[in-house]
Amino acid sequence: MSKTIMTVDDSASIRQMVSFTLKGAGYTVVEAVDGKDALAKLKTNTVHMVITDLNMPNLDGIGLIRAVRAIPSFKFIPIVMLTTESQDTKKQEGKTAGATGWIVKPFKPEQLLTVVKKVLG
Amino acid sequence: MNEGLDKGREIFTEEANELLAELEISLLELEETPTDTELIGRVFRAMHTIKGSGAMFGFEDIAHFTHEVETAFDLVRTGNMLVTKELMNLTLRARDQIRAMLDGISVDEAISNEIIASLRALMNSSATSEQVEYEPQDHRAVGSQTGQESKDVDSDITTYRIRFKPHKELFLTGSNPLLMLGELSELGNCVVIAQTAAIPLLRELDPEMCFVSWDIVLTTCHGQNAIKDVFIFVQDICDLTIETIEADSNMQEEERHLKLGEILLSRGDVTIDELNKVLGKQRRVGEILVDAGLVKEEQIQAALVEQQHIKDVRQQRAKQESMASIRVPSEKLDGLVDLVGELVTVQARLTQTSVAFADPVLSVIAEEVERITWELRDRTMGIRMLPIGSTFSKFKRLVRDLSDELGKEIVMTTDGADTELDKTVIEKLNDPLVHIIRNSIDHGIESPEVRVQAGKPRHGTVHLIAGHSGANVLIQIQDDGAGLDKEAILNKAVKNGIITPDAELLEKEIFSLIFEPGFSTAKTVTSVSGRGVGMDVVKKNIAALRGTVDIKSKKGVGTTIALKLPLTLAIIDGLLVKVGEDYYVIPLSAVHECVELTANDIEKSHGRHISYVRGAIVPYIRLREQFLINAPVPEVEQIVITEAEDQRVGLVVDYVIGEHQTVIKSLGRMYKSVEGVSGATILGDGTVALIVDVPKIVSSVKLEGSEVAL
Repeated sequence: MSKTIMTVDDSASIRQMVSFTLKGAGYTVVEAVDGKDALAKLKTNTVHMVITDLNMPNLDGIGLIRAVRAIPSFKFIPIVMLTTESQDTKKQEGKTAGATGWIVKPFKPEQLLTVVKKVLG
Repeated sequence: MNEGLDKGREIFTEEANELLAELEISLLELEETPTDTELIGRVFRAMHTIKGSGAMFGFEDIAHFTHEVETAFDLVRTGNMLVTKELMNLTLRARDQIRAMLDGISVDEAISNEIIASLRALMNSSATSEQVEYEPQDHRAVGSQTGQESKDVDSDITTYRIRFKPHKELFLTGSNPLLMLGELSELGNCVVIAQTAAIPLLRELDPEMCFVSWDIVLTTCHGQNAIKDVFIFVQDICDLTIETIEADSNMQEEERHLKLGEILLSRGDVTIDELNKVLGKQRRVGEILVDAGLVKEEQIQAALVEQQHIKDVRQQRAKQESMASIRVPSEKLDGLVDLVGELVTVQARLTQTSVAFADPVLSVIAEEVERITWELRDRTMGIRMLPIGSTFSKFKRLVRDLSDELGKEIVMTTDGADTELDKTVIEKLNDPLVHIIRNSIDHGIESPEVRVQAGKPRHGTVHLIAGHSGANVLIQIQDDGAGLDKEAILNKAVKNGIITPDAELLEKEIFSLIFEPGFSTAKTVTSVSGRGVGMDVVKKNIAALRGTVDIKSKKGVGTTIALKLPLTLAIIDGLLVKVGEDYYVIPLSAVHECVELTANDIEKSHGRHISYVRGAIVPYIRLREQFLINAPVPEVEQIVITEAEDQRVGLVVDYVIGEHQTVIKSLGRMYKSVEGVSGATILGDGTVALIVDVPKIVSSVKLEGSEVAL
């Protein structure tokens, strides 16, 4: 069974890129437009990993990570956040909130896959 | 991937335009209510997205420019800068500038620079601007690091001692230490020792906490950074030490000091027995330390493993250094193999004679000779073994040239290139493989346009796999092309008179039709294939090597042709059996087991040639019927259960004598057309035994269709 990865980003282009790359590598992808959407979709989907942007309307990445970690069944799910180089403090915040890893934007498809393989196996 | 990127760019442009429109509205609103944090957040996010996505899809200029504006709004967001008329003006101008860049209109660099300069001036003038980061600070971006990793690989092989002690809360970040250990072992030769001393008693154990730590000894050609990369996500939540134990470069094996015991021994002051006795009493340093409570049992274990690992690495290195080869003309080798064959035959005679003499002295010698002969046989065969890789690499070129010629895009990949095969087998394998690969490329893989239409990647793949399977070598040629068209094959076979129109064939039988002489389904005859010669040659050549060909194919998905070949041609392990007065050898690689066939069994099956082996039905063939032997039948016959064409079939013989080293002799020209026998061998007493060709016999009986109730 292929593993399912949720990509959370308010930018359609990033979602598209992440989704295209992951699907190409054989993963199933669930897309969500922001933290709130992600939480709603987590309830109805089996998800093995979350890749989330940090800056999003409604519920941002940090909030999402905290909320996901609070759900018992997702306590140990790998969560990777997308950060930019100028967001060092954000990255720290994300780690404290329980993020597994991070990818610095901009990134190439191969880099995304490397990180996914790293935390998802 | 390019397709995805182009599509991404398209979506990005669209999205950026939307964002810019939204940005304009937000900015205008913000001008009215300059303290609305929600609005400020929206502006920031818009900038942020444009920057992030822009860089990803190759709009570097936009990313760079937007970064400046974003930085300014980051200050506003954190309350370090106020929304002023000036800022608004600049931001709106910046927006227009981004828009222009997005549309691909040639942009006046001067304006960009001017906007950036003004923004910076504005930021500097605001009170707390020291937080501003103009330059990317975080160079530990996983992405960029992994991308360039290969460049900082130094070829030096170094052994590291890594201690990885995760903090208890490691799991709470969703990290999986096993994956990291797995990643480490991909870097090189790696030994992992788990330290479990910290695990509390079960009733105090919190299963969500990590109490285990790991000691790892890794020998790798990747630098220390590659190791650090493995742990990059957990560096804050673990204690990690990486030490170099031993670097390879100009590291000389230290002058080995003789131990005291060895010196005493060489001076004849003690005997080896005495020394061992005394040493046996001495306790090991590890035990002493454990008893003293200075170290824990596991730590000793870890240290011992480390010691062993380094020993191995050193040994390997020594081996590499001393590895030298001599080139020998192949005739010399062939001559040697012939002689070994003779020797094996003579040795069988010697053994038999010694049994007859029943002389203990002679039989000791005979056994010794037997042991040495077997060893010699194995070594000699080993010398003739060559990796199949050299043949594989020849095909790379073939695939490249052919696909060019045919206007197809084809990649060839290989697996198991180091699989070793007898030199003669490899040589004879060349032609059949060329035919099969040509066929795959010409008939199998579709043109790029057709492939794209079918939703497959543009380039087709031909995958060559070699590997051992028992005493055989299995070579598979897989393509992801159109697959075999059953209908087309059937029609063609009927048209060419190979089969009758009313023949009912299994899928496997249909596929095997392509190996019939005079068969070709290609609509056009190309220079590559399509003349109906080729595939039948394949079958003939493989059969000559005592191998089999098997086809699996799925329409639209691809075809796999599997060649099964014996490891060596000259000497095989066989099972010697007797029918009437004649001896036969059945290749041991085909034999599964031997069971008895009693009169009772025959009665129960009501005349059908069927036996029940532990509940399973196994059809059998009587060798005496096949070879027309008219000798009295013993009361209890033996069934040798063999496997042919993926099916268990029994061969009924009178007696099973035992394992026999079979030196294969060909039958000579006169008997070339004899079916069911693949060669002969000479037994110890000089008698000739025929080697049974199991697949041939089974298929010939199947064709007759009457005797075996399948």
